[in-house]
Amino acid sequence: MTADEPLLKVRGLKIGATIYPPGERPRDIEIVHGVDFDLAPGKVLGLIGESGAGKSTIGLAAMAYGRGGVELTGGEVWVNGRDMLQAGVRDVRNLRGGEVTYVSQSAAASFNPAKKIMDQVIEAAVLQKKFTKAEAESRAVELFAKLGLPDPENIGSRYPHQVSGGQLQRCMTALALCPEPDLVVFDEPTTALDVTTQIDVLAAIKDAIRDTGVAALYITHDLAVVAQVSDHIMVLRMGEMIEYGTVDQIINNPQEEYTQALVSVRSIKHVEKQPGDNPLLRVEHITARYRGTNFDVLKDVNVQLHPGQTLAIVGESGSGKSTLARVITGLLPPSAGEITFDGRTLTPDLAARPLDDLRELQMIYQMADTAMNPRQTVGTIIGRPLEFYFGLKGKAKQQRIQELLDEIELGEGFQDRYPAELSGGQKQRVCIARALAAKPKLIICDEVTSALDPLVADGILKLLLNLQKVEDVAYLFITHDLATVKAIADSIAVMFQGKVVRYGSKSEVLSPPFDDYTDLLLSSVPEMKLGWLEEVLAHRKMESAGN
Amino acid sequence: MKNIPISALIGLFFTGLYFLIALLAPLIAPYGMAEVVGDVWEPSSSEFLLGTDSIGRDLLTRLIYGGRTTIFIATMATILSFVTGSVLGFFAAVSGGWVDQALSRFVDLIMSIPSLIFALVVLSVMPTTMLTLIVLMGLLDSTRVYRLSRAVAVDITVMDYVEAARLRGEKVAWVIFREILPNALSPLVAEMGLRFIFMVLFISTLSFLGLGVQPPQADWGGIVKENKEGINYGIQAALYPAYAIATLCISINLVADWVLNRTTSLKGGRG
Repeated sequence: MTADEPLLKVRGLKIGATIYPPGERPRDIEIVHGVDFDLAPGKVLGLIGESGAGKSTIGLAAMAYGRGGVELTGGEVWVNGRDMLQAGVRDVRNLRGGEVTYVSQSAAASFNPAKKIMDQVIEAAVLQKKFTKAEAESRAVELFAKLGLPDPENIGSRYPHQVSGGQLQRCMTALALCPEPDLVVFDEPTTALDVTTQIDVLAAIKDAIRDTGVAALYITHDLAVVAQVSDHIMVLRMGEMIEYGTVDQIINNPQEEYTQALVSVRSIKHVEKQPGDNPLLRVEHITARYRGTNFDVLKDVNVQLHPGQTLAIVGESGSGKSTLARVITGLLPPSAGEITFDGRTLTPDLAARPLDDLRELQMIYQMADTAMNPRQTVGTIIGRPLEFYFGLKGKAKQQRIQELLDEIELGEGFQDRYPAELSGGQKQRVCIARALAAKPKLIICDEVTSALDPLVADGILKLLLNLQKVEDVAYLFITHDLATVKAIADSIAVMFQGKVVRYGSKSEVLSPPFDDYTDLLLSSVPEMKLGWLEEVLAHRKMESAGN
Repeated sequence: MKNIPISALIGLFFTGLYFLIALLAPLIAPYGMAEVVGDVWEPSSSEFLLGTDSIGRDLLTRLIYGGRTTIFIATMATILSFVTGSVLGFFAAVSGGWVDQALSRFVDLIMSIPSLIFALVVLSVMPTTMLTLIVLMGLLDSTRVYRLSRAVAVDITVMDYVEAARLRGEKVAWVIFREILPNALSPLVAEMGLRFIFMVLFISTLSFLGLGVQPPQADWGGIVKENKEGINYGIQAALYPAYAIATLCISINLVADWVLNRTTSLKGGRG
């Protein structure tokens, strides 16, 4: 290999798959249409795009691998001067786990729960005969220390369930770095983590990449994250390269329209409304626990929401924000406290609530896939509340369904479709229409945008804001994403370990002086500028909760 | 109805044929059901296509009427077991708590007794009528259906769309029949084919033991019983109903397989 030969050279890479549409014959489709790029030794290339852009598929192609029926149909993938698509089985086997390694999105799902972490971390290195078992173990301990894991000497003797999610993700990075590879493929390594944990893992990965001099492909949908670790960025859309450039150029001077949209996402400006005199929803001294546990998930929670406004409940996983929604809807009766809705006291238990209370309080879920019955058409899904609450039938119902579909910007021809025939954003829109059909006064939105791509999520947020103006509906908006909060909220409650640690109007909550937790949370949200990560780490007051 | 695989077509053809013969038995059968028309165990001839049985009745006629009885009892018992089993199973899954516990433990109790022994004990004290047989077989088998439908429904009740229906204020009946049932249908349909076959085998076993369908009524298990002595003398009479049972079972399985394949791929629904 000559000095200027790239480590990884991809030319005209085409990737295909066979799909099985319902009621039709299986057919072959192409999911990546000829992609070229180079990666020099020790450099980091960020692959960015929405779901379905082919970024993970391209990442795995660097290991000459196609996952789950995906086939590498054409082109060349040169690693260290060998075309891996033409190489024999033995060469490919030496490549995987030796020269190229992989860090997956969900470490919890990727580690074998029955084996100790150390055995899994050194497995590839020993198998590839790069190190003896003892050498590999001492190298693993070094890596654990470098990645900032507590007690690096002994953490390897634990089982995967005995460490936290952020720690496990770092263990997986150690696993990938252990055989001294030339290239590591990071496939959304921080996406499943909380923001305050993400920042630590991100910093650990960045340091490890720099110290070991390994090259990396960093796959993510979050441009702000990739900007912190990469040298170059490639923007992908539907299997084609849209733009390629240095981080600086992509972030500060994007050329293509699509890249510009990605960079400027979440630029919704929302002016907060002043609270009126009569709150629509009043949550007073709510304490709750799940049956069979001796631990309060919610501790003395007090919040208020005014008609036609948005209250954002912010917090990390486990902070109790979704539990609060369950208490308000009546799915989990609280052990103490009272909820007043529109002047009436809500019964703690769902079964005892009058129909009007149920109608005026609707809910939208995070996963639109599981929130809709896969065997019902869109018409049935939206039509049922109309029929159930208002007794609409036949023509009148059809007409109202169409009105609602127009309101969520879907238009004609959707009534007879099944959920499986809709895209992620369309599914969430149908869920919104189902909630609106009941003419509610309050809609609880539980992480409604977190499963969506940024541009699609943006569209949903804009739609929700418009609907609020038209229908004068209030939102209780549960999210872990502060960018979303800034875009939509009128007032904010920050939750931490079951307690509301900060509550007030948006401008109050988001302006200093901050308490320690809010400061940590606010500063952990990745910003789309270079050097943000270093800046934040230098200024932190509090260790993140997930560690 | 295009794209039916060849195996399913074969299955459909034979299943259809058997059910048709069962329905039209009096029109097709060459002789009366209990009519003695010839000598004992006559070989097959143009007069008696499959020969005669142990007391000189036409075997083909007996087989046709026997199929009618067997298929009728098995069908009725299957329907009964599915209606009770799945409704109770779904109800237990939706209700949870002590309702679920009580029903499930009761079913465990029944299942801990081998069903053949249970049936034999009950039939020894009850009059052996067709109704008793159907109710007994249906209820005994509904325990298996209960188990399956509860297991399937427990997975479905935790889905957000079921929660959404509850939040909307829907009654239990809507949740069971409109939200859960359509999503639980495909494993149940596959199970239905299988259970029907077990019913055929069960009623045949009972009749073979003399506690099922009573003479002079014919059914396939009974025909085997009446003619089993003939096997010692090289007489085929007892084997024909066995062939009938085997072919019916195989063809229904072929159909159930195909239905399962179709419904699982439908509109990306769950399996």
